[in-house]
Amino acid sequence: MWLVAIGGMFGAVTRFFLGKWVTSKINSSFPFGTWGINISGSLLLGLLAALHVKNMAPDWMWLLVGIGFLGAFTTFSTFAYETIQMLERKENRPAAIYVVTSVAFSILFVWIGQYIGRIV
Amino acid sequence: MGNAIAVMLGGVFGACSRYGLGLLVPTNEGFPVITLLINLSGSMFLAWFFTASSQRIAIHPRLKLAIGTGFTGAFTTFSSFSLETITLIQHDRIFLALLYVLLSMFGGIACAVVGARVASRKERQTEQVKGEI
Repeated sequence: MWLVAIGGMFGAVTRFFLGKWVTSKINSSFPFGTWGINISGSLLLGLLAALHVKNMAPDWMWLLVGIGFLGAFTTFSTFAYETIQMLERKENRPAAIYVVTSVAFSILFVWIGQYIGRIV
Repeated sequence: MGNAIAVMLGGVFGACSRYGLGLLVPTNEGFPVITLLINLSGSMFLAWFFTASSQRIAIHPRLKLAIGTGFTGAFTTFSSFSLETITLIQHDRIFLALLYVLLSMFGGIACAVVGARVASRKERQTEQVKGEI
């Protein structure tokens, strides 16, 4: 449990600072911060999952990095909240693009991560 | 620095709650119902909390960070969602994968809408009470 706690602590704070940094760099109402975080986190989780299956990543690393860090780094609730905020601003098209690309790219990148993990 | 500590504290409890709930019901290759429930309930709570705290409840900004960005952000997860979806696809459970994606997306957005609506309705009631006082 403490491995998940430590991973979650750093995952949440990394998301916080990275999200703030991206928002300050990109002047757009499109939530690129959460978008990039969820897709990159999926890539890394796919990679780690494949390494874990091959016993190249031990259980403690799966708990610390996979469930703790990456689980807390990526987020669903902020994704949903940002989507309804865009819908409230009548940005229906960007909202649809946000949802569809978040899902499509995160699934594609988790697969790419798994693929890299299998061949290394 | 205080902001970072607030998010970290929330993150600890969010990640542990997610892990603890996952231990209660092992998912293996079935339908990932725990992640779905976590993401839907977290989406409803976050929309309610952010709407209520921006319009109605006076809450310390650091407490808002700890509960919203830290706890709820870490409790819900996107990476497990995508890993579970690809795992269903790889086990030829295409229908379940599609169901999982659609329930997560439409359910998550619907839950967030409900959370935000409940918060703004309460806001109006509070204003009425304030007006009477």
